[in-house]
Amino acid sequence: MTNLALPSLEKSATGIAGFDDISGGGLPRGRPTLLAGHAGSGKTLFALEFVLHGIEKFNEPGVFVSFEETPEELAVNFGSLGFDLFRHQAEKRLRILHINLDPQELIEAGEYDLDGLFLRLGAAIDATGARRIALDAVENLFSAFADLRILRAEFRRLMDWLKSKGITAVVTTERGTDTLTRHGLEEYIADCVVALDNRIEGQLATRRLRIVKYRGSSHGCDEYPFVLDRAGFSVIPITSAGMAYAVSTERLSSGCASLDEMLSGGFFRGSSLLVSGTSGTGKSSISAQVVDAACRRGERCLYIAFEESADQIERNMASIGFDLAQWRQAGLLRFHATRASSNGLETHLAMLTGLVNECQPQMVIIDPITAFNVSTDEERIKTMLVRAVDLFKSRGITSLFTALTYGGDAPEATSVAISSLVDVWLLLRNLESAGERTRGLYVCKARGIAHSNQIREFMLSETGIRLMDVLLDAEGRILTGSARLLRQRLDENEAQIRSAAAARRRAKLEDRRRVVETKIAAIRSEFEEELHALSEELEQEHTSSDQTTRTLAELAARRGRTSDGNKS
Amino acid sequence: MNESDIPHFEEHKDGSAWVLRLYIAGQTPKSLAAISNLHRICDEHGETKFHIEVIDLLEKPQLAEGDKIIAIPTLVRKLPEPIRKVIGDLSDTEKTLVGLQLKPKLV
Repeated sequence: MTNLALPSLEKSATGIAGFDDISGGGLPRGRPTLLAGHAGSGKTLFALEFVLHGIEKFNEPGVFVSFEETPEELAVNFGSLGFDLFRHQAEKRLRILHINLDPQELIEAGEYDLDGLFLRLGAAIDATGARRIALDAVENLFSAFADLRILRAEFRRLMDWLKSKGITAVVTTERGTDTLTRHGLEEYIADCVVALDNRIEGQLATRRLRIVKYRGSSHGCDEYPFVLDRAGFSVIPITSAGMAYAVSTERLSSGCASLDEMLSGGFFRGSSLLVSGTSGTGKSSISAQVVDAACRRGERCLYIAFEESADQIERNMASIGFDLAQWRQAGLLRFHATRASSNGLETHLAMLTGLVNECQPQMVIIDPITAFNVSTDEERIKTMLVRAVDLFKSRGITSLFTALTYGGDAPEATSVAISSLVDVWLLLRNLESAGERTRGLYVCKARGIAHSNQIREFMLSETGIRLMDVLLDAEGRILTGSARLLRQRLDENEAQIRSAAAARRRAKLEDRRRVVETKIAAIRSEFEEELHALSEELEQEHTSSDQTTRTLAELAARRGRTSDGNKS
Repeated sequence: MNESDIPHFEEHKDGSAWVLRLYIAGQTPKSLAAISNLHRICDEHGETKFHIEVIDLLEKPQLAEGDKIIAIPTLVRKLPEPIRKVIGDLSDTEKTLVGLQLKPKLV
C-alpha cells in the first residue's frame, strides 16, 4: 500500500492497525489532522493511540491535551489496553495536560487571546521534546468561550504555531448535525480530515472510519469498519483485498468419499463453498464433516457459529461420529460462537478479520450466514460477504458458508443472494415421498469441477455422513428412505428366489448325474464282465490250440522218427 | 513564589482584603489595558480592600498551571471564595463587576 504515498509528502505512522494501510503510511508529518466523530465514536482512543504508539514504536515523545477527561480517567481507561501512562510520564516522554473549561467560571470582559494555552502547550512540548500532540475534544474550547471571533482566530494561530514547530497533531472534535464538525474546524485544518462514525442500524452500532480529505496524498476513500476492543483501535482495510489472488489447483477431500466422487475428486483449496438448505437438512453436519476432514489433514480451522455454542456443536456432532473436541484440544479447531444480532455487519467483518489474523486458519466455516438477515437488508449482507470472500481468497483460505432457506422459497434461492459469489454450491433438501422425509443432496454448481448431476440421498449415521447409491423407480423417480429400503429388500428377495431356484435345478442335475453315473458304472461293469469272459474264452482257446500243436508235434515227432529213419 | 515577585498594586484599610490576581503575558496592549482598567475599577470601589498581584507568564510560565490559565489576560478572584475568573482586557466594566461580583458604583 505504500505506493499510495507521494514521495514528497512525509508521513507519520499512527501505529494503529489498518489505518496506516488505508492512509498510505499514516498522517501528514508536521501537520495537524482533524478527527471528527460523534460522542463515543472512538476519537479519544485514536488520538491517544497515535501519541502512545509514537512513544512506544517510533521513538517520538508526545503531549496529550485533554479538554474533557482527566489524566486519572485516561490512565484508568487506557491501562486496560496495556498502555502504561504513568511510566511514560515519569520518563518525561509523555505529558498529559488536562484543560478544564467551565463556562460558568469564565466571564469575558474585553479583548483576550489564548496565550495561556500556548504557554502551557509550549512548556509541555519543551519538557518532553514532543514530536506528536493530540488535542482531544477541542469543541469544549469553543463552547467555553463566548467570543467565537477571537476563538477562531486563536485556533488558526494555534494550528500555524504547531506547524511551525513541525509537530504532527491530531485534533479531535464532535461532529455537527449537518456539517462535519460543529464549529467548522475543517476550515482551519485542511491537510487531512478523518471522520469517525458510529451508526445505529437495526438497533446495532457499527463503527466506520473514512478519510474525508488528505491533501497531497491518495488514500482509500471507502468507509472502513473498525473495532475498539482489548487490542485497541483497529481499522479493517477489507476492500483493499481486491481480486488479484492466486488460485490453487489442489483438490481437498470433503471427508465423505461419495461426496468427493460427486465433485470428481473434491473441491479446490481456497475456494468458497455454500451449503444451503431448509432447517434440519444437515448443513451443520456437512460443515462438521468438512472441518473434521480438514483437521485430519492437520489444517487449522476457524468455526464461526451464530446459532449454537461450541459445546453444543461438539456434542451434536459427536452423535454422528465427529469428535471435534479432539481437534479443539489439539489447537487445530477454534470456535467463535456469537449472536449475529450482537453486532453490526461491519463489526462482525472486523471481528472476522481479527480472528483470521490471529489464528491464521486454512479453513473458515460460517454457520449460518443467513443469521444476519433478521436485522439487515440483503444488499449490505452481500457486500459484507463479498468482502469476507475476498478476505479468505486473498489468503488462500477455503471457506464454507451455510445458508438457511425456508420452505416457501424456491430451493435455489438463497435468502441472501450470494450463490453467485461462491465456487461450489451444495444444495440440501428434504425429499418427501410415501409419507416420509429424507435428506437429499445435490451439487448445484461447482466452478471448474466436473460434477455429478444426481440428487443423492444422504444419511447421518453414527459414523458420519453417507451418500446412498441412487435407486430409481420405474418412472425414473429417485427412491429414498423406506421406499429405497423396500426396493432394496425386494431386489434382495428376488435374488434370493432366483438363487434358490438355481440351487434346486443344480440339485436335480446332480441327481441325474448320479443316476447317469450309476448307469454308466453298471454298463461298464457288464461290458467288463463280457470282455473278461471273452478273454477267458480266448485264453482257453489258445491253450487248447497250443495243446493241439503240441500234440501234433508229438505225433509228427513220433512219425518223424520213422520218416527220419527213412531219411537217414 | 517570593513575596517580592508579586507587585503590590494597592491596599485598602477597612474590611477583609480581596485577593485579585491578574495574569498577563508580556507588555502587550491588552495587558496594559487590563492593568489600567483594573486600577480604575478598584479606585472606584475605595471602600473595599484589594490585594492585587500581577503575574507575567512570559517570566514565570510555570504559574499558568496553578490557576489553569488559558486566556490572557485573566483576572482571578482568589478571595473571597469561591474563585471567579474574568478574562479580557477588562474594558467592559459592567461585565468585570459582574464577574468579580462587585456592586456597580455610580460615578
